[in-house]
Amino acid sequence: MTGVNDMMTKQSDDVIVKTLSRLLIPFMQIYALYVIAHGHYSPGGGFQGGVILGASIILLVITYGLDNALRKMSEKLNTILCSTGVFIYAGIGVLCLILGGNFLDYAELDQILHVGIAQARSLGILGVEVGVGVTVMAAMISIFLDIATGGLPSKEKNIQGKRA
Amino acid sequence: MIWQLDLILCLFIIICAIAAINVKDLLGAVIILGAYSFFMCLLWTEMGAVDVAFTEASVGAGVGTVLFIAAVSKTKRRSKD
Repeated sequence: MTGVNDMMTKQSDDVIVKTLSRLLIPFMQIYALYVIAHGHYSPGGGFQGGVILGASIILLVITYGLDNALRKMSEKLNTILCSTGVFIYAGIGVLCLILGGNFLDYAELDQILHVGIAQARSLGILGVEVGVGVTVMAAMISIFLDIATGGLPSKEKNIQGKRA
Repeated sequence: MIWQLDLILCLFIIICAIAAINVKDLLGAVIILGAYSFFMCLLWTEMGAVDVAFTEASVGAGVGTVLFIAAVSKTKRRSKD
């Protein structure tokens, strides 16, 4: 008996909740991608889009249970995505540095992309927003999983449940 | 800016903040905090800070509420004090 209440991580029995979340999750993800892609000339951006993208996976964990959600989005993949986003952000910054500008000086990207300085700045900001979005999504999922499972990975939790 | 709308939203925000502190049921307090966040988001939008309002809606009213509910589900639901 671990005394852990897994209300947030077990599969829901309600058919309405499950059907509605199955319908809603793809639209949430499309909306999050819209927010990230339009982040540099309208409200929103990498952080907000990443939070919405993370919220869609959190909804999946709440309604379909931790084990089904981990099959779609394992903790290993989550950790890799978390560092990939930082790598994209810092990589674009250092690329500008290598091309002879300052850190995150997007104008220098024109030497690679050949699209004009203004368009190179726009594309550079878009790349940075994508990196921020990926990292924020992974961090939000990671925080939620840590709180909802009490910090135990799912496999250890199952072993403990069988012992109890 | 419409000052009447500002006043009403500020009133709702203060009511929600006081209620979230005083409610004994922790889950109820979390839901009231979500309502507080939503009114805060409306106030940001009304004052023209759409980007801040977006963050408030997604983080404050969305993920923050879920994280608080996950934390409450790990503890007792009633507050002692």
